[in-house]
Amino acid sequence: MSIILVLIILGVLTTLIIESMPSIKALGIGYLWGKVWDPVQNIYGAYPFLIGTLLTSFIALIISIPFSYAIAIYLGEYNPKGWLSDLLKNTVELIAAVPSIIYGFWGLFVLVPLVREFEGKIHVLPYGIGIFTASIILAVMIIPYGASLGITLIRMVPSPLKEGAYALGATRFEVIRNVIMPYTRSGLFAGILLSLGRALGETMAVTMLIGNTSAVPTSIFAPGNTMASVIANEFTEADHTEYLSALIELGLVLFLVTVVINLIGRRIITRFTNN
Amino acid sequence: MENTIVKAENYNAYFGDNHVVKDVNISINKNEVIAVMGPSGCGKTTFLRGINRMHELIPNATAKGKILLEGENVYDMNAIYVRAKIGMVFQRPNPFPNLSIYENVVAGYLLNGIKVSKADKDVIVERSLTSAALWKEVKDSLHKKGTFLSGGQQQRLCIARAIAMQPELILFDEPTSALDPISTSSVEALFHELKENYTLIIVTHNMQQAARVSDRTAFFYMGELVEFDDTKQMFTNPADQRTQNYITGRFS
Repeated sequence: MSIILVLIILGVLTTLIIESMPSIKALGIGYLWGKVWDPVQNIYGAYPFLIGTLLTSFIALIISIPFSYAIAIYLGEYNPKGWLSDLLKNTVELIAAVPSIIYGFWGLFVLVPLVREFEGKIHVLPYGIGIFTASIILAVMIIPYGASLGITLIRMVPSPLKEGAYALGATRFEVIRNVIMPYTRSGLFAGILLSLGRALGETMAVTMLIGNTSAVPTSIFAPGNTMASVIANEFTEADHTEYLSALIELGLVLFLVTVVINLIGRRIITRFTNN
Repeated sequence: MENTIVKAENYNAYFGDNHVVKDVNISINKNEVIAVMGPSGCGKTTFLRGINRMHELIPNATAKGKILLEGENVYDMNAIYVRAKIGMVFQRPNPFPNLSIYENVVAGYLLNGIKVSKADKDVIVERSLTSAALWKEVKDSLHKKGTFLSGGQQQRLCIARAIAMQPELILFDEPTSALDPISTSSVEALFHELKENYTLIIVTHNMQQAARVSDRTAFFYMGELVEFDDTKQMFTNPADQRTQNYITGRFS
């Protein structure tokens, strides 16, 4: 069965490569830093979407890391057992199970007005939708990835190590900072990479909230587009080969980036759990 | 009386409803090596962990009664302070894997955020490792990770880590049960030297070890302190029938 899955993945990759050949041939490597995306004039540059993707993903990561770590430390060390702990852990994991489109709706109706108000207060154009809003929703969506791996790893820290530190007069905070954090560092980093892989590819909620313009974003409050959102938006409208092929090439780039990030993350986790 | 370092008065310890240490009264003198022995589950380790308030770290664990450390009840003191003041060595060697040998020795200072100059640290590290009979073996690899050492060396590193905090009392929780015979004898030999400057309380389920290393022995059975006497006296002429049964191997 797993062979079939391997074949499917390879098949997807091959299709992506074959289908993007027209665009690769016509545009070459310059495609990646072309700043203009104008299907009407047949000009295709992926740069605005690369920037959009990287910006949303990294802002989302920065927002999510304190939450993931706080949850992981609380449920891993302070309150590892009991009904409250189980309830919270399941809720965190449930966040990952909510369909992306629900987050999109919630974002449109709740988050967008809040962000618009906030933007008005700090005197930037109050779009409401844009990179910042998309990043917040992404942050919520990726918290469970970092947090649940973090909980598992923190619970795995051998208790003799913690006891050794306590017996030397360490406080709980000192044990967390000097024993648990160094011991789990590489695993927590892998958790971040997995969240990043998820954030890069997330489509639906982001498409609904990012504003969908193909210009290079000028600030984090400006509307933009990610690789995934532009594919979702424009795929049905792509009416000639080169346009379609340029979109598929975006898909290829996204595929390769997420695969590489996931592989590195899993590599670190395997190495970590084998020790 | 002035010679007493630890005194337990009606000390009781519980895990939830489970009464594991029952009304223990004991008085331990300075610079003595005390062996605490008894069958598994007799409360000897729990008693030991009560002395430096490690017992209460386990969820649902509680204690009643007094443990006086140089006349002051540890349960009236700050637990963090008590633990920093009393050294402890565990069943399995537990050097911190992310720290070098050098850093492991001064880990107590690092963890508690006590600032020590480099020169003072050098002195502490050399003195502690020398006392733990490890200096000669590791002096050229102080900045390697502590986990590269053999089990016996790791355990002596943990002893050095405890000594570095300059405690008067060091607790050992079955310190050789995870070690091979050669490492065990190196640690046992160390007890004789440590006695000069420290008081040692050693929990062991190995009767021969208790007989070899200790001045006095406490025998625990079913949570009670059955007998506490000179080691020689206890092994040749125990006062209590249960002690007699234990040392003659009638139960274990």
